[in-house]
Amino acid sequence: MLTKENIFSLLSEIPDPEIPVISIVELGVVRDVIISGKDIEIIITPTYSGCPAMKQMEDDVRKKMQEQGFENIKITTVYNPAWTTDWLSEEAKLKLQEYGIAPPEEITTDKSFLTGKPKNVTCPRCKSKNTIMISQFGSTACKALYKCNDCLEAFDYFKCI
Amino acid sequence: MSDNEALFKYTLRLGDTSLILAQRLCEWTGHGPFLEEDLALTNIALDIFGRGKSMLEYAAKLEGKGRTEDDLAFFRNDREYFNALITEQPNGDYAKTIIRQALIDCFDLLFYTELAKSKDVTLSGIAQKSIKEITYHKRHSFSWVNRFGNGTEESLTRLQNGLNDIWSYTGELFEMTEVDTLLIKKGIAVDLSVLKPLWEKEINQLLVKANLVLPESLYMHSGSRNGLHSEHLSYILAEMQSIPRMHPTAKW
Repeated sequence: MLTKENIFSLLSEIPDPEIPVISIVELGVVRDVIISGKDIEIIITPTYSGCPAMKQMEDDVRKKMQEQGFENIKITTVYNPAWTTDWLSEEAKLKLQEYGIAPPEEITTDKSFLTGKPKNVTCPRCKSKNTIMISQFGSTACKALYKCNDCLEAFDYFKCI
Repeated sequence: MSDNEALFKYTLRLGDTSLILAQRLCEWTGHGPFLEEDLALTNIALDIFGRGKSMLEYAAKLEGKGRTEDDLAFFRNDREYFNALITEQPNGDYAKTIIRQALIDCFDLLFYTELAKSKDVTLSGIAQKSIKEITYHKRHSFSWVNRFGNGTEESLTRLQNGLNDIWSYTGELFEMTEVDTLLIKKGIAVDLSVLKPLWEKEINQLLVKANLVLPESLYMHSGSRNGLHSEHLSYILAEMQSIPRMHPTAKW
């Protein structure tokens, strides 16, 4: 009989389809697991309302649970509490940085990230803080585009929401 | 009208407004003035599309006739759509798209901040999710209005022309029907008359900063609350619905 912890650890093997270095559990998408015999319900929350990777994540979760012999697999989407980058663990942030994506540098309770001047983002390559935002929006819904003024490389910043 | 019917109509209106705006914004994909702005508008459209999908999913559930969000999106005609008229207006040039977006972002942030307090947990949940995204969108559209307004004579002229084109569609955003009245009493819907002065104040500040003046005419278009639209909606639907209607049983 699989426990909730077992399921979470199995789900940790599923990578984010667009940022494969972190798992959907590390990302904070999996909120809860309810097991009842051969039935299982997985509660997930979207990162962004229109994130096209959500469907892929659902399919991956379903496949993983089918492999474990669950018969009725229900995947429920909840919106509240809304997903936040605050849920990313320090370990996940480090993995993002090693992958070339600057992790969110602020916590969302500090509203300056939306209203004031954004803090200086660290270049994931040369670690310089001398960087500039090129665009508020990037290659996926969760990223913004930055450039390092020292090594001159452009890079993705996992925006803080 | 039953509470459930009112809630269905309310949710459908919110879903349609998001869906049609997203569909309009998507037209910029590959046509943005430069790469970063192309990405920006596509990202914004995606967030708004996602909100529309969540709303239509909920509407389909409330209706309880076995229809899905796809059925609602692809198999309804123009007269059965309730999106705000401002969302279906043609994009025009980039300045017009930006000023329309700023007017809508400002409204949406006020609206969804209130809707987040709704007694309906699904609407409140979708709203809480949306607030973060709209805040980000608004920062984008407001900053471009400022830049165009304080840029060159050409950029200011285009921005002003865009505002003149779109302004008469803003009044409708605050129109309320019996659906609103019923749901406000239940603590579910947002009282739009409360939002109006707040929106006007914020927009006036933005316009002053960007050297814009309001058009003299006070005429405001109306109709979408009753499914009456400008001629533009039918063309949007024709494009958006053509594939599913051609292959109604196709599965993705």
